[in-house]
Amino acid sequence: MAISGPSEKNAKQPGAAYEFISNTEDKRRHTFAVIVDNEPGVLARVIGLFSGRGYNIESLTVSTVTEDESTSRINIVTIGTAMVIEQIKAQLERLVPVHNVHDLTIEGPHVEKELALVKVKATDHQRRESLRIADIYKARVADTTLESFVFLIDGEAEKVDSFIEMMRALGEVEVARSGVVAISRGSTITPV
Amino acid sequence: MSTDAISGAEIVIKALADQGVDVVFGYPGGAVLPIYDALFKQNHIRHILVRHEQGAVHAAEGYARSTGKPGVVLVTSGPGATNAVTGLTDALLDSIPLVCLTGQVPTHLIGNDAFQECDTTGITRPCTKHNYLVKRVDDLEKTMHEAFYVATSGRPGPVVIDIPKDVQFASHDYQGKTNGHHKTYRPQVKADHARIEEAVELLMNAKKPVIYAGGGVINSGPAASQLLTDFVRMTNFPVTLTLMGLGAFPAQDPQFLGMLGMHGTYEANWAMHDCDVMLCLGARFDDRITGRVDAFAPNSKKIHIDIDPSSINKNVRVDLPIVADAAHAMEDLIKVWKSKHKKPSEAALAAWWKQIEEWRSKDCLAYDPEGETIKPQHAIKRLYELTKDRDPLITTEVGQHQMWAAQYFQFEKPNRWMTSGGLGTMGYGMPAAIGAQLAHPEKLVIDIAGEASILMNIQEMSTAVQYRLPVKVFVLNNQYMGMVRQWQELLHGSRYSESYSEALPDFLKLAEAYGWKGVRVTDPADLDAGIQEMIDHDGPVFCEIAVDQSENCYPMIPSGAAHNEMLLGPVQEGEEAIDEKGKVLV
Repeated sequence: MAISGPSEKNAKQPGAAYEFISNTEDKRRHTFAVIVDNEPGVLARVIGLFSGRGYNIESLTVSTVTEDESTSRINIVTIGTAMVIEQIKAQLERLVPVHNVHDLTIEGPHVEKELALVKVKATDHQRRESLRIADIYKARVADTTLESFVFLIDGEAEKVDSFIEMMRALGEVEVARSGVVAISRGSTITPV
Repeated sequence: MSTDAISGAEIVIKALADQGVDVVFGYPGGAVLPIYDALFKQNHIRHILVRHEQGAVHAAEGYARSTGKPGVVLVTSGPGATNAVTGLTDALLDSIPLVCLTGQVPTHLIGNDAFQECDTTGITRPCTKHNYLVKRVDDLEKTMHEAFYVATSGRPGPVVIDIPKDVQFASHDYQGKTNGHHKTYRPQVKADHARIEEAVELLMNAKKPVIYAGGGVINSGPAASQLLTDFVRMTNFPVTLTLMGLGAFPAQDPQFLGMLGMHGTYEANWAMHDCDVMLCLGARFDDRITGRVDAFAPNSKKIHIDIDPSSINKNVRVDLPIVADAAHAMEDLIKVWKSKHKKPSEAALAAWWKQIEEWRSKDCLAYDPEGETIKPQHAIKRLYELTKDRDPLITTEVGQHQMWAAQYFQFEKPNRWMTSGGLGTMGYGMPAAIGAQLAHPEKLVIDIAGEASILMNIQEMSTAVQYRLPVKVFVLNNQYMGMVRQWQELLHGSRYSESYSEALPDFLKLAEAYGWKGVRVTDPADLDAGIQEMIDHDGPVFCEIAVDQSENCYPMIPSGAAHNEMLLGPVQEGEEAIDEKGKVLV
């Protein structure tokens, strides 16, 4: 198991009870892929770890990924200082049903995608405009009525954000987002 | 199903026997009746009936800590499980291997708010190393063996197995003990060799080294303590121990600096602060140890050997992390050390020892034994002097008496000292003493207690009587929750809000009511005789020592201060020991 020393020279002490310096160290967004046994309670363990230790969850997705459904992959996006991110990884690895933890942000180039269903309630000009914008964003129509569309959009989180923002300007909006799924680039297959 | 099928409850008992379990601490109830019935029909496993489930878990902890074997607990659903939660959390924070079996309502009632139902796995998830709900009898045997593997391997901890009543009744055949390994859980025990080489290199070049060892050494087994002792003597390095590590190195040895941390010795804390290379072995840079982290050992290179990767770089950034079991790591470290022709600079080490002796000459644990009242420190010191030849096992409750016990009782060997370090659980000591006494019937087992803590699990006096366990309870009665009072004195202008022990029972009558012998000492002149009377009696003794009410625990690193800012005694009038920022800390 790789435990790094203080690789960054300016790494500060972590936020323990006796630290008085306000933590000004840069917080970064990291995407983790966590391979776990697909058993009852495993998601609660992971979520409980984050809430119990005060870590952030920006987004979380989970699904079984093996043919026999024995293993699940949890994608977690979190934000923290270098020390907190290292600690999150170590704490996740300590959970008994966790096989391995990949910090995709550190491990190298990876693909991150998200999917959203966006319902827009609009008529007349706004309705036509929503369709035109959807076309620009390469969103597809998943459902329609005379006064609404449901668009299906996928891509990077920023693209989805921006699309939703546009739609909000055109009418009443309801959003269902999947959260981030991520995988490393290249031909290497992550073992489960 | 084969003809050899037995009930789930019998599978539980067979698996326990196959795991070498001889004692189970528990309390029956509706949802575990089939297991109690299976217990009744066999003679391999002894069941110890406690008087409260929290007592069962602490007793199992005392058993585990004094033997190195996992402790086993058996409780019912609902309140049985929730009462066990404090003990489980205690075991988690102090890394004590436990397997706790809880009954559960039958599977078809789970989620219906059935009588004595609670979400046991949900409640215990954050306070166990791992837990299981066994919904099918087919999984029961495997789960039992796996639980023992998980509880005892890597960094030990408590594991809960929640067993619905219908699963206890269902039948299945029993395969016999498999190795019980988990599919994927394989803690690393052997250190990376290159890191060991690097550690030796750092230690060889140290001018002011210090070894800081903790409970991980005890958990690793007696061999780890022996290897640590060998290494310390081989190198002539100074060594300090955490509260949980006491006994890992002989306290009488001149190379021992005493305990470190908030109530550690002056020499240990200054050595930590001024060292240039620190070897941390099986300890976790807890906030009681480090004090203010940004001023913790500021000029040192830190080597951290720990079996739990998440303990590394958690509170303090270290320069050389080594993931390994303490004994394995020390073995490798010694091998590499011996292979080198180079030795550390003797002149530098001599200068370092000279400095340490200067700190030691402060005699920070000195107190005035004279006076009309018994000094609590003196009571512990006399207890030590009068019992040391019998190699006693000591447990404690939590508070001032615990710190005095750690400071004034000397431990030469591991597994003699059981205390609630991480969680700080009042009420730990007596049940832990019961567990330790069961494992060591011939030993002298003493719970050093305070009058407030002891009342938190006082009902266990009855358990000691039932099983003829000659445990001794040595209560320092200052009529205060002493540590609370001490902090109120330091932080809250001596406003002793609710910290006075009002309406205490007459402990002599209490002892008598439970069938214990009672001893009370109020005069300093009678102290030795009182202690002698306690240890000479072949049965449980409640020995109450009326001690100086105003005595505080020193030395002390005030909250928010660094190691080199420790207080040796009471602050003078007008001085502030703790600044505003320190006051919010615990």
